[in-house]
Amino acid sequence: MTTKHVTRKATRHINQNEGLIFEKSSPGKAAWKLPPLDVPEVDTAKLLGKQERKDLGNMPEVSEIEIIRHFTRLSTWNYAIDLGMYPLGSCTMKYNPRVNEFVARVEGLANGHPYQAEKISQGALRIMQTLSECLLEITGMDAITLQPAAGAQGELTGLLMVRAYHESKGNARKKILIPDSAHGTNPATAATVGYAVENLKSNSRGMVDVAALAAQMNEDVAALMVTNPNTLGVFEQEIHKIADLMHEKGGLLYMDGANMNALVGKTRPGDFGVDVMHLNLHKTFSTPHGGGGPGSGPVAVKKILAPFLPTPIVITKPDGTLGFEYNRPQSVGRVRAFYGNFGMFVRALAYIFANGPDGLRQTTEDAVLNANYIRKGLEGTFDLPYDTPSMHEVVFSDKLQSKKGVRTMDLAKRLIDYGFHPYTTAFPLIVPGALMIEPTESEPKEELDLFIEAMKSIAEEVEEDPQYVLDAPHNTRISRLDETAAARKPVLRWKPEGQPA
Amino acid sequence: MQQAIGIRSIDELFAPIPAEYRLSRDLAIPRQMAESEIVDWFKQRSKENGEGYASFLGAGAYFHYRPVVIDALVQRGEFLTSYTPYQAEFAQGTLQAIFEFQTMIAELTGMELANASMYDGSTGAAEAVMMAVRVTGRHSAVIARNVHPEYREVLTTYATHQAIPQKLVSFTVSGQIDLQELEKAVGDDTACVLIQSPNFFGTIEDVEAIAEIAHKRGALLIVSIAEAASLGIVEPPRVADIVAMEAQSFGVPLGFGGPYCGVLATKEKFVRQMPGRLAGQTVDKNGKRGFVLTLATREQHIRREKATSNICTNQALVALMVNIFMTVYGKVGLRELAKQNLAKTAYAAGQFGKNARVLFSSAPRFNEFVVETSEDPYAINSRLLGHKIVGGLPLKKFYPELGNAALWCCTELTTRSMIDTAAGLIAESDGSEQNSKQSSQQSSKESSEKSSQKSSKRSKSKKDTEPEEVAR
Repeated sequence: MTTKHVTRKATRHINQNEGLIFEKSSPGKAAWKLPPLDVPEVDTAKLLGKQERKDLGNMPEVSEIEIIRHFTRLSTWNYAIDLGMYPLGSCTMKYNPRVNEFVARVEGLANGHPYQAEKISQGALRIMQTLSECLLEITGMDAITLQPAAGAQGELTGLLMVRAYHESKGNARKKILIPDSAHGTNPATAATVGYAVENLKSNSRGMVDVAALAAQMNEDVAALMVTNPNTLGVFEQEIHKIADLMHEKGGLLYMDGANMNALVGKTRPGDFGVDVMHLNLHKTFSTPHGGGGPGSGPVAVKKILAPFLPTPIVITKPDGTLGFEYNRPQSVGRVRAFYGNFGMFVRALAYIFANGPDGLRQTTEDAVLNANYIRKGLEGTFDLPYDTPSMHEVVFSDKLQSKKGVRTMDLAKRLIDYGFHPYTTAFPLIVPGALMIEPTESEPKEELDLFIEAMKSIAEEVEEDPQYVLDAPHNTRISRLDETAAARKPVLRWKPEGQPA
Repeated sequence: MQQAIGIRSIDELFAPIPAEYRLSRDLAIPRQMAESEIVDWFKQRSKENGEGYASFLGAGAYFHYRPVVIDALVQRGEFLTSYTPYQAEFAQGTLQAIFEFQTMIAELTGMELANASMYDGSTGAAEAVMMAVRVTGRHSAVIARNVHPEYREVLTTYATHQAIPQKLVSFTVSGQIDLQELEKAVGDDTACVLIQSPNFFGTIEDVEAIAEIAHKRGALLIVSIAEAASLGIVEPPRVADIVAMEAQSFGVPLGFGGPYCGVLATKEKFVRQMPGRLAGQTVDKNGKRGFVLTLATREQHIRREKATSNICTNQALVALMVNIFMTVYGKVGLRELAKQNLAKTAYAAGQFGKNARVLFSSAPRFNEFVVETSEDPYAINSRLLGHKIVGGLPLKKFYPELGNAALWCCTELTTRSMIDTAAGLIAESDGSEQNSKQSSQQSSKESSEKSSQKSSKRSKSKKDTEPEEVAR
């Protein structure tokens, strides 16, 4: 490595090698102990007959210290918000407060059974109701379901309601308009609900082209799915015009709330014409991403869509206690068993309590401030394809670096050597070679400065020694992995040596 | 920072939002609270939420012991606060853990491979049906009525707009799917047969016989498993084409219904039609073993509207809990754990059988059983609550013909004294003894019909007086 470019954030450090758990297994090792049986033993062969399982195959046998070491060693190979800035655009990798984890594990909440009597479920119901009320106030909407398990299922739920609404008017309509800057789940969801997808071009400022929308909007269009701020981090300034255009022709406006972290406490989608939207509790409301889930994707709607919300909903009964309402003839049905990812409701509500109205507003302001600080710091070093004002994230392109043959993914891999997780690469699709950066409010100025320094340093390296960047990462346990081979001949599980594949 | 950006006030950054839509007031939400206040508030809610009750509820959500190493490990920030492992070099921990999870799920289910997780057992079953439609190019599905009723509701929600008609097949006096009816229901356009085993009543299905019927007509067999702990002692559905499992039993808190951990397992030949993330093994430039997310061309971020599913976020951290649980119990422990479940349930069925009728006893069961009483089960449950016991799930909401039957569950955490107390308490009302004698002389069908009529009268009068005692 060129000695000139010293990374201030990270230093190489010994970490442990660790094989697969199966490679440590040997008969007789155990990490479990059951209490003595207080009822008579049973003859399993007699009870189960041919249904009795005789062998658990290659399941491991290991000791407790081996388990602790195994997973601890694996964990040290991960990057995490707890280690530093995680600037993935549109993912909102903010700090996950530990009080959230603590309260989610309080006995009655962790051990509550979804079918226990309502009489002894008032605590859980109150949490759901309080969170619902807070989210409705934050979004400016009228009614809400907490049931969807993640953002994509929230989209599904929202579009099912759109469909049910149009069907109740006698015509389900045929298609959903989706801007070319949208997240891939949007078109995938529309297809799942049986709608055709029609692309909507963005204008030169990176926003929905209102004239194009007016031309494309007709009675076949059920809804427009818009992300606001969009995936360029740009607020759709003509959002109300967009809403009016939709409404004039009887269509609905769906807002993907993935970027709600730019709006909380500053503006409300319900006020600017949105009919239905989902939230990602694992983005805006600080529930942990956990290496890819669990998420939670509540869907908030205007009154006209309330009859179609999934079953059940939480209600206050005449005697003042809370309960579930199942008798909802116009409901789109259930999108998952039970009531949703309740544990995430607890965490999100703890986050809202810890912030209050002032805290939530400041959170939004700091998130937007941090993104603009990074934009200012890197402007000139990286190409800014749209100079429209940024909200909570900023999108650069690799236009300048690609002249040396270095693309966004290469820059991202080099960023790893500097001790940062990469930004989102190659998305949104409307920016060739995109670098999508979202710092969130969690980052102190010191961390932002380190990031800016790292990015500038990488840009210099591209000029001096592009090959070095192309070969990155240099400091990780493993170098770039052969993804093509992985997909061509998939090895998706371990097998003992000698066992036929 | 404002100076560096060149703004005088933070409001300038929000100028893109048209003034008329800017919020000029505080949000009307609770004021900011101190950590101690937050903890107190949730502890109070916990007290109102069944804290300290012993429970006999199962029905898709099971109370098993969770070894403490699970929470010790999943709360490591490197697992808790990392993102989906798209940047493989910086996420090998999560990726290797997923690879091990996929391996263990495949071993336990008797399938060739498994994915990284789905939202839960209900959406997993629905996704499995849509996968079967893609694999076979056929368009209808045959569903057993003893599949979890809420799983079926979710499937209906998904299937409606995919134009997948469903045929329901009912169950016999053994609680198992009616094979004759199944035989008639499966046709040349049947993409799949979806069953659950152990089924919603806790009864183990004859999977091989069902597979034969499905395969004979070229349909796939999907087996939903809601109680993963059964896999320690019950033969896995090796003849199935897809297993759609809910793995909550493996170290995931009940948590009032979620988050849980669905997972799909299948045969290698179907992998390209499987939804959800997959971790695969590969090598780096120096030939060192490593893991990546693979076969992404199935997924929404590449294929958009042509993807196998719209799923994006899954249940990674919950899958890690499952992973650690499977590692702790392992090859021997999972079997011993399952045996204890079996023993407790056999004992409980015997004790309950003294005071009421235990239905569906002719087929093997795992850790759930259906108890029919002469008294309305809601009334029984209300009496049990007074003793800090949560009784079984009354079934009439889902199966009106089962009248006063309720679904009870025992796990390794159910004590003999809990069982004895509950079995005694269900007998406290008048007439149950008489009824149990009487119904033992009748065929199960007649008796269920009779008690169903009785119960509808009773429940009507109950509704007016004690609505809060109805269990859901």
